[in-house]
Amino acid sequence: MTAIASAPFSPEEIAAEGLKPEEYEEIVRRLGRHPNKAELGMFGVMWSEHCCYKNSRPLLKQFPTESDRILVGPGENAGVVDLGDGLRLAFKIESHNHPSAVEPFQGAATGVGGILRDIFTMGARPIALLNSLRFGDLADARTRRLFNGVVAGIAHYGNCVGVPTVGGEIYFDPAYSGNPLVNVMALGLMETPDIVKSGAKGIGNPVLYVGSTTGRDGMGGASFASAELSNESIDDRPAVQVGDPFLEKSLIEACLEAFKTGAVVAAQDMGAAGITCSTSEMAARGGVGIELDLDKIPVREIGMVPYEYLLSESQERMLLVACKGQEQELIDIFQRWGLHAVVAGEVIAEPIVRILFQGNVAAEIPATALADNTPIYHRDLLKEPPEYAQQAWAWSEDSLPPCTLEGIELQNQFHPWNDILLTLLATPTIASKRWVYRQYDHQVQNNTVILPGGADAAVIRIRPVEVSSQEVEGLEGLGELGVRNWGEKGKDQEGRGAKEDPSTHSPIHPSTPSPLKGVAATVDCNSRYVYLNPFEGAKMAVAEAARNLSCVGADPVAVTDNLNFGSPEKPIGYWQLAEACRGLAKACREFSTPVTGGNVSLYNETLDADGTPQPIYPTPVVGMVGIIPDLAKICGQGWRSEGDLIYLLGLRLEIRHEQQVDRTATLGGSEYLARVHGLVAGQPPVVDFDLERRVQAACRAGIRQGWIHSAHDCAEGGLAVALAECCLSGELGAEIRLPVKSERSRPSASASHLPSRWDHLLFAEGGARILVSVASSRQEIWESYLNQHLGHDWQKLGQVMNRDSGLKILTANEHPLIQLGLSEMGDRWQNAIEHYLVK
Amino acid sequence: MIKIFNQGENRPVAVKFGVIVFPGSNCDRDVAYVTQMLLNQPTRMVWHEDSDLSDLDVVVIPGGFSYGDYLRCGAIARFSPAMKSAIEHGKQGKFLLGICNGFQVLTEAGLLPGALVRNRDLHFICDRVPLRVERTDLPWTQNYQSGEVVTIPIAHGEGSYYADPDTLAEIEANGQVIFRYCTADGKIDPAGNPNGSLNNIAGICNHQGNILGMMPHPERASDPILGGTDGLRLFKGLL
Repeated sequence: MTAIASAPFSPEEIAAEGLKPEEYEEIVRRLGRHPNKAELGMFGVMWSEHCCYKNSRPLLKQFPTESDRILVGPGENAGVVDLGDGLRLAFKIESHNHPSAVEPFQGAATGVGGILRDIFTMGARPIALLNSLRFGDLADARTRRLFNGVVAGIAHYGNCVGVPTVGGEIYFDPAYSGNPLVNVMALGLMETPDIVKSGAKGIGNPVLYVGSTTGRDGMGGASFASAELSNESIDDRPAVQVGDPFLEKSLIEACLEAFKTGAVVAAQDMGAAGITCSTSEMAARGGVGIELDLDKIPVREIGMVPYEYLLSESQERMLLVACKGQEQELIDIFQRWGLHAVVAGEVIAEPIVRILFQGNVAAEIPATALADNTPIYHRDLLKEPPEYAQQAWAWSEDSLPPCTLEGIELQNQFHPWNDILLTLLATPTIASKRWVYRQYDHQVQNNTVILPGGADAAVIRIRPVEVSSQEVEGLEGLGELGVRNWGEKGKDQEGRGAKEDPSTHSPIHPSTPSPLKGVAATVDCNSRYVYLNPFEGAKMAVAEAARNLSCVGADPVAVTDNLNFGSPEKPIGYWQLAEACRGLAKACREFSTPVTGGNVSLYNETLDADGTPQPIYPTPVVGMVGIIPDLAKICGQGWRSEGDLIYLLGLRLEIRHEQQVDRTATLGGSEYLARVHGLVAGQPPVVDFDLERRVQAACRAGIRQGWIHSAHDCAEGGLAVALAECCLSGELGAEIRLPVKSERSRPSASASHLPSRWDHLLFAEGGARILVSVASSRQEIWESYLNQHLGHDWQKLGQVMNRDSGLKILTANEHPLIQLGLSEMGDRWQNAIEHYLVK
Repeated sequence: MIKIFNQGENRPVAVKFGVIVFPGSNCDRDVAYVTQMLLNQPTRMVWHEDSDLSDLDVVVIPGGFSYGDYLRCGAIARFSPAMKSAIEHGKQGKFLLGICNGFQVLTEAGLLPGALVRNRDLHFICDRVPLRVERTDLPWTQNYQSGEVVTIPIAHGEGSYYADPDTLAEIEANGQVIFRYCTADGKIDPAGNPNGSLNNIAGICNHQGNILGMMPHPERASDPILGGTDGLRLFKGLL
């Protein structure tokens, strides 16, 4: 007889906790008895994909996780990398997709709050936020509501908490209509001497509950996040939490102050699965147990039962293990910031989580049973790629209608290349995101060196300023500013800036020779590529992230990934997940950018009215951070000076014969194909790792030598869109001569000329390509450097012109392909998103 | 108290800055960075429960969301011990500067006339905007040219200046408007008004001129590595 048959719960009750029948059997086997209702709920959330990665863990194992810069890898609240000079950066990405689909404002806002807690729990002050967003078609009213709500939610929380939102990416595609993606990445600079870990230690040490109160909000959010969305999901609105960024700001300050006392042994934020997750993970990681008394927990409503306490996802709460005897010192700090702080339990030797309620044991579970040794599902990979992919791969460029120097005929209508470029610039995915980032405070903290929209990656100045928390009497920890200069970690003890010669700190009188360091960050994923070929698409997400960092002059260091996929229980869904993980692992090895952690969001599918699952595009978002050794040597994407020479680094533009077709640059999976031809087809561009590394290194070297004035990679929309963006960002024109003569590739049925179709030259994506502009006085030294390091993989394309010249793209023998004024391009590009919203 | 001495000089720097820290303040460190790191002036953070400001020459109420901006922006902050002392500080004719949320606090406290309401388009706006300097005979603005157009960042959701017609007429007549939003070439018109402020008002002072409130963030336009330095001259004017 199975245990489930004698269970004190109906199969429906068990299923309602997100548990499968075989998982219930396993729970009974581990406990040696049936769980009670509270325990069942605890297993339900802890064994959700969101908390235990039961489907993805075997795949995540293949990621590289180590390098000499990695201080903390996967498994803690956030990864930490060594920036040198004693500076340490914590960073992580997390999704809040399902909550945002149901309640976009609070869903997105609490997504920001959650990832910030992961950062400051480590002892790091949050210094920057980025986000990666996906929505359906902006022409759809429901999508506009979601888009507006998500942007407003991110703005509300980030602006109020005082962490700048400095960058990100947004794609619009019908594949995300019912299931938007909201991935938020946060960066923080370590302020405590030791990185605060989450493993509980020290039998008898008190366990402190700090922050906000516990209520019934957000019940079971983790299980909710691990289920498919349906029309009924709207009824799950109580599963969405409500955030208070003001409390979070106070919690940041109080936690950092508390950590600096040295009285905190371990800390864990309460995110998904609240008290359940924090107690069991802290106990399991420390190899100890925790006893917690629910009667001590400050509540915001009365009459709650243990099940509700344990599964509540009320925001802005943390659990701390304190050194015995020092708990009052910590409580005082939190209370001064107007926050709750109570001793709610203690660390016990027996490795169990024991929950007390009204004098009785409400739950008692081995910590490892909840948090470690969680179920793992090994699934079988499809023997061959699924049919949809094979069909897509059968497409080739020669199936497109013929094109001429002037343009292309589609459905009996002729479209000049000028119009095609304008159409692409007005595509919301490509268009300026100014409407969005203008709502985010991207300058607070005074470290934003490159403003959003100004470069391929965000650039933040690293400025460790810390408030000396002791020594000043009567000011309760807020005395003269203690300012620590770059790399002067050893001066901490006497590091109150007021005692030191202040002039040595001032960038205005730079008597210190050490350059200002910076951090660059980016989030990237072209999910259409991943859909068409998960392995190649995932590789490209990593390659593009590294390329974007290189374009501002940063050395790529490490990755945090957010895997947004459909159901892994379906063969195609699992194939996409497995292949994408293989691609990420491969690419992260190739670029020496280990993965320090991340987030997995599965079951991103919506059921339409007929109940048919509609999967999203598989979207493995890559968040990458890089180091800028000297902030004086960075660059943006816009042209800087008239007369500068324009170069294309990467795969050359040239006519190829069919047998030489280079799969690293293609119209397959391109924005042009999707937008202009309405086709999602072909093989996406293949990453040539060697070429990528050489091109990126050359770009970084050129920036550091001061030769390169601007750098911008060719991504969605290919060369033509990248050129237009360089013009718009720099408010300067350009004259480009493609190294191809017009008579050689007249439209013809001859297959040998097909790869040099004009649309291929203008709009193909891939090829590791970066557009750079270089002062003409540096032409000789730059070109000799290129010859030496890039061989043939570069071309001089043209020259930066004044604003009035606009963008001209000509053939080698002077036939114009594209000729557009800046204001014409700017109108389309700048106003596209707003245009949809005022409809 | 620790006095700071300029390198090579033996005279104490005269100006001591204090930056009030409310729960929810988030530009406090940015202001202190400018006054201490860029201008080498002694600077201390003033906790909102601290009421002794007697050592301070300039009190700055920084941007942020004091007390969560519950009720109304700046409405709760005015009752804090530090604010009560700051009001006294201002009444004694000493320098008192409110930036962004600090401006809202000053209007709530009745030290400056008018109020700041939701932006015209209801969105938060973070941008760099041109401002016209309307008066240069005050310490705050003595390092600017009269009518000069400067670029200073803004970041607010409720920064649209409002005052009833009589008050508005009065502050205009008194010359209390220090900064106005304008177009790049200095025109005061709707096109140069990002948030719908009456008369394009971005910053005003009290009758005596020692209390200044402004929505734009001069501390964000002070460090050369971040771009413009038009804001630094405002702080330099106090030295």
